[in-house]
Amino acid sequence: MTALVYLIPVALFLALLGLGAFIWTVKSGQYDDMDGAKWRIFIDDEQDDNIPGE
Amino acid sequence: MSVADTDERGCPTMGGPVAAKGAAADPSAFVRMEDDGFAHLDLLVRGARCAGCISKIEKGVNAIAGVKASQLNLSTGKLSVSWTPGEADPGLVARTVVDLGYQVSPYDPGEAEVERDKHGRFLLLCMAVSGFAAMNIMLFSVSVWAGYSGEMQNPTRIFFHWFSALIAMPAAAFAGQPFFRSAFASLRKGKANMDVPISLAVLLALGVSLYETIIGGTETYFDAAVMLLFFLLIGRWLDHRLRGQTRLAAQELLSLQSATANRLESDGTVRAVQSRDIVPGDTIILWPGDRNPVDGQILDGKSDVDMALVSGESAPELVQAGAQIRAGMVNLTDKLVVKASARTEDSLLAELTRLVEAGETARGRFVKLADRAAQAYVPIVHTLAILSFAGWLMAGAGVHHAILTAAAVLIITCPCALGLAAPAVQIVAVGRLFKRGVLVKVGDALERLAEVDTVLLDKTGTLTLGKPYLVNAGNISSNDLELAAKLARTSRHPLSRAIADLAGPGAVAKDAKEIPGHGVEGIVDGVRIRLGRTDWAGAAGGTEQTSGLWLVAQGQDPVHFLFEDTLREDAATMVAGLAARGLSVEMLSGDREIPARAAAAETGIETVLFGLTPQEKITRVETLVRDGKKVLMIGDGLNDAPSLAAANVSLSLASAADASQAAADMVLQGEVLSPVLAAIDISRAARGRILQNFSFAAAYNVIAVPLAIFGFVTPMIAAIAMSSSSIVVTLNALRPFLHKNRS
Repeated sequence: MTALVYLIPVALFLALLGLGAFIWTVKSGQYDDMDGAKWRIFIDDEQDDNIPGE
Repeated sequence: MSVADTDERGCPTMGGPVAAKGAAADPSAFVRMEDDGFAHLDLLVRGARCAGCISKIEKGVNAIAGVKASQLNLSTGKLSVSWTPGEADPGLVARTVVDLGYQVSPYDPGEAEVERDKHGRFLLLCMAVSGFAAMNIMLFSVSVWAGYSGEMQNPTRIFFHWFSALIAMPAAAFAGQPFFRSAFASLRKGKANMDVPISLAVLLALGVSLYETIIGGTETYFDAAVMLLFFLLIGRWLDHRLRGQTRLAAQELLSLQSATANRLESDGTVRAVQSRDIVPGDTIILWPGDRNPVDGQILDGKSDVDMALVSGESAPELVQAGAQIRAGMVNLTDKLVVKASARTEDSLLAELTRLVEAGETARGRFVKLADRAAQAYVPIVHTLAILSFAGWLMAGAGVHHAILTAAAVLIITCPCALGLAAPAVQIVAVGRLFKRGVLVKVGDALERLAEVDTVLLDKTGTLTLGKPYLVNAGNISSNDLELAAKLARTSRHPLSRAIADLAGPGAVAKDAKEIPGHGVEGIVDGVRIRLGRTDWAGAAGGTEQTSGLWLVAQGQDPVHFLFEDTLREDAATMVAGLAARGLSVEMLSGDREIPARAAAAETGIETVLFGLTPQEKITRVETLVRDGKKVLMIGDGLNDAPSLAAANVSLSLASAADASQAAADMVLQGEVLSPVLAAIDISRAARGRILQNFSFAAAYNVIAVPLAIFGFVTPMIAAIAMSSSSIVVTLNALRPFLHKNRS
């Protein structure tokens, strides 16, 4: 049972990481445009490969 | 109906109608410098719907020299652009987007809205924190429950309880804020809203649990308290989102009523300024398509002006130097120079906005079903909790046990169904209606719509299409039509637009010139042609008083174009459908008696009021409301906006003036009226569903509360009962509104 003494804090820490990640997504405005996000996946990102072809 | 607003909708990428090239307002006055050293501009873009729109607009704007970044928010229609100060021209940004086929207005995010955005994020954070806490505390609680039979030693249990407390206390302190604040505010006013029992239950549960933990007891309620917050916050956030999407749109529409104006400076230059900066005595230039921002007097120029705001009818009026011009009128044909005689906040448009706001405040007194339920519910719950506390004390159970029981009663009765059921049902119903072409702007509008017993209809633009249509097209040869269209395409006058729409895109006459109040003149194939009024065009024998146009080409017979405003195709079906649902229908028209009666007869409406001013329309709405009627107002004109706001619930059309859409609770998206019937059916079904949920919650309490009062409820039972009731209520909301397709 003594393993609990460190296993529980480890589990909590991992969960906190998840919470932190979620808070980051909220703060960085990722839920501000729920309609646009679903469309943006269709937009080809040309910034990455704009040199050779054009 | 303002002409400038009629054909601006549609997604150019998907092949919808491209917006008329309006004058892109110069947004320079709305540029703000931010701390990051860049200039920022927010533009409201209308017509963007899909990925193609996003990429077209963002790429187009990013390609402008100097622009650092641009981002289009599809939910709100806001395009945020930033650039290094001095390196990009804000006017060019606006023009670029207009040239891509979208309508653009500069946009000043008000303080209220910034505040709202923040609140939305805060609710989301609270939800995340409480969800995190609920899940992790459950980890300990399940272990403790599993070990009840003696497998778990006391020290382990106390250790687990302490960990739960460690998580629950800060999490509840943070995530409970929306409830605690609201409860406190309501208590200070001497009232008890829904948040009072919620806050009390959470605080009591936490307090008792902490005490239990300290003395090493067996029963804690940390999980129940935090889970309660989690479920309620889901409901709150859904509610906020629903409200936000819609109210935001309304505020934006209202805020862009002639947001900028072109002011003639003393040195002779023209500068774009925010309308609210205009003071009496300023000289303003109004180009065709501009909306007049303030009341004033015309100094120079002669033009047709859309007076829809004042008269409610879309037939334009000719004005010239010396005439008074009110705020909100739209200049149609020629440049006007106007001397401002009032500030924007003293102008007619502001007056109208105030009437709208007054109506909305009055409507704010509507008590939501959930609040009504809460009013009955809260005192009972509190009394029961106090009684069980007192009862257990008298039975000699000791203070500790009595408090524990009272807390259990509060938690088990905690109105999850009230907090979650109504928003969940509304979200589902609003989604269903959106698919049928009705945009619901305010969540509780559905509840109000379900209670309606009287329907008031505007005529022009609501029952009718609100646009003149050529009625004698059969008598006009295609050559003549094309000839007329060559002139008509150059004009903004509604009759010209009717011809141009019919003929489709094509060439325009050389040197076409519009003479305000008379018509358009131009040269085609070397022949001078005129399209306009009888006397001006030179049509001999044209003695009729009709609103028609004459096309006169040298050496040819004059051709008469006759126009009429036609009824929407399903107007009669809708009126019949309303009657079939037991509603009484009335028509309120600003138009003259004959056309009003004709339209009423054709659609089957018996009660007709005609020749009404906007004020008289409001009076009629208010009289009915005072008599205890539940009024649904359907209208579209700027002059309808105050009465839309005054009615119990209101509906506007996609082609309606901005202010009307802003004032209305719901907006029909298409050109047909029958979705009104679907809206009424679905709202009634939704109301039924909410009541079902409340009944379920009540039934559940009838069973659970006695158990709690008599002390049979362990924390585990409380937690399970509470979450399962929430889940049942949510699933019930998601069940399709089946038997609702009687149309």
